[in-house]
Amino acid sequence: MSRVLLHWSAKPLLFLLCCLPLGHLLIGVFTDSLGANPAEHLIRSLGDWTMRGLWLTLAITPLRTLFELPALARFRRMLGVWSFAYACIHLLAYAMFDKGLDLNDIVRDIGKRPFILMGFTAWLLLIPLAATSFNRAIKALGAKRWQRLHKLVYAIAVIGLLHFIWMRAGKHNFAEPTVYGAILSGLLGWRLWRRLQPAAA
Amino acid sequence: MHLIQRPLDPESAVTPREVYESRRRLLAGAAALALTPAAFAQSGKLPKLAGAKSMVAGALTMDKPTSYADVTSYNNFYEFGTDKADPAEHAHTLRTRPWTVSIEGECNKPGVMDIEALLKLAPMEERIYRLRCVEGWSMVVPWIGYSLAELIRKAEPNSRAKFVEFTSLADPRQMPGVRSGVLDWPYVEGLRMDEAMHPLALLTFGLYGEVLPNQNGAPIRLTVPWKYGFKSAKSIVKIRFVERQPTSSWTKAAQQEYGFYSNVNPSVDHPRWSQASERRIGEGSGGLASLFAKRRPTLMFNGYEAQVGQLYAGMDLKKNY
Repeated sequence: MSRVLLHWSAKPLLFLLCCLPLGHLLIGVFTDSLGANPAEHLIRSLGDWTMRGLWLTLAITPLRTLFELPALARFRRMLGVWSFAYACIHLLAYAMFDKGLDLNDIVRDIGKRPFILMGFTAWLLLIPLAATSFNRAIKALGAKRWQRLHKLVYAIAVIGLLHFIWMRAGKHNFAEPTVYGAILSGLLGWRLWRRLQPAAA
Repeated sequence: MHLIQRPLDPESAVTPREVYESRRRLLAGAAALALTPAAFAQSGKLPKLAGAKSMVAGALTMDKPTSYADVTSYNNFYEFGTDKADPAEHAHTLRTRPWTVSIEGECNKPGVMDIEALLKLAPMEERIYRLRCVEGWSMVVPWIGYSLAELIRKAEPNSRAKFVEFTSLADPRQMPGVRSGVLDWPYVEGLRMDEAMHPLALLTFGLYGEVLPNQNGAPIRLTVPWKYGFKSAKSIVKIRFVERQPTSSWTKAAQQEYGFYSNVNPSVDHPRWSQASERRIGEGSGGLASLFAKRRPTLMFNGYEAQVGQLYAGMDLKKNY
């Protein structure tokens, strides 16, 4: 397994995989196959993929530890940066297709709808993480400070989930948020459980 | 001269009823076809249900009808699932025959009515209504039906009947969504008596010249064009005349978000989102263009203010949302 993960083609392959949802949506736009409300479909799918990306990023460390696959760590940054990319396109799609790029309207919407505020906050908090994702930034910050800064991702995931729950609350439709919530609880709970363990020998 | 002046046989001079009715249907059908380009054609798979162009004021909007494909594939019908694609996918399990509607409560002529009798109760009309969903999107649908008032008059509500309550079918064997706890089933909606008697409140049996597809609330539903879509109960099995204001399913689920009246009103926002504008489904010419189609400003009472505004004269519509 480690050999596969360490293969030179593993990273380019993951890169391509990360492009797939976006590519699929773009094809959908041009072939008119996104249903009756393509704008809504696009915005929601991009949001879904942002969350999936973040959840995968957060799954790297538990999986790496549980299955003793240190090589998995190579992929964490790419997944994280792709999550940010999807978050940006998600926000851009909302701004363009829902708000017609009317900045005043967007600002008002952020103030008015708690779930928009949550989503916007999560995106804002992702910026420093994406901006310090390259090696020189890690060196400049020092590993300790960099790590502390990147702990923000836990808060971002929770805020992102709130964004989703709140969006669905309008129609009492919590089936999907429950699944995302359960997985996130697992991912964060595992970390908490590790921390509470007496220092292992 | 003599020959010409020979009196006509009065019986044969009058075009028989079946003939002129079928001619009218033909004309109405031709008009509908002329109005609706090929892209908006009906499915052709469901039984025809013709209706003469309605004469009711405001019943025929000039807005371009939404395509049949969109009208029948993008639905909120939680009995079949919460995703808007779910009803079209799952509603084939709904059995629309036999079907009866129970007329109950404060009226002189309660009873159980068969769907076939309901279909014949009054002449069918075609009405092209705007439909505005509380979620901020809208469509234009050519419905077939007759004014709910026709049925109400037949039931003869008594003086205690102040409201009409509509109950939808809730059969978990036919409706997979009913097994979920999203709403407290069965789906219940209500109207004030004067709202229910308004000629624009339509008892609906078809769309696009055919009987209703299951996902649109077959075989009988309500269409109240000046209210948010969820007020128009689908697949109705019970109509009850009551003295007290009924509690709608959505009001029960979230009192502060979905009020009893739920009239389309651009100046009263839903607590979670603005109601000032709407996305018209199918607007733009497909592909990228439909993504960039601008949202439309939402109209007071969904554009039916001239017809229904007086029903709410003197009412605080912010309080009675």
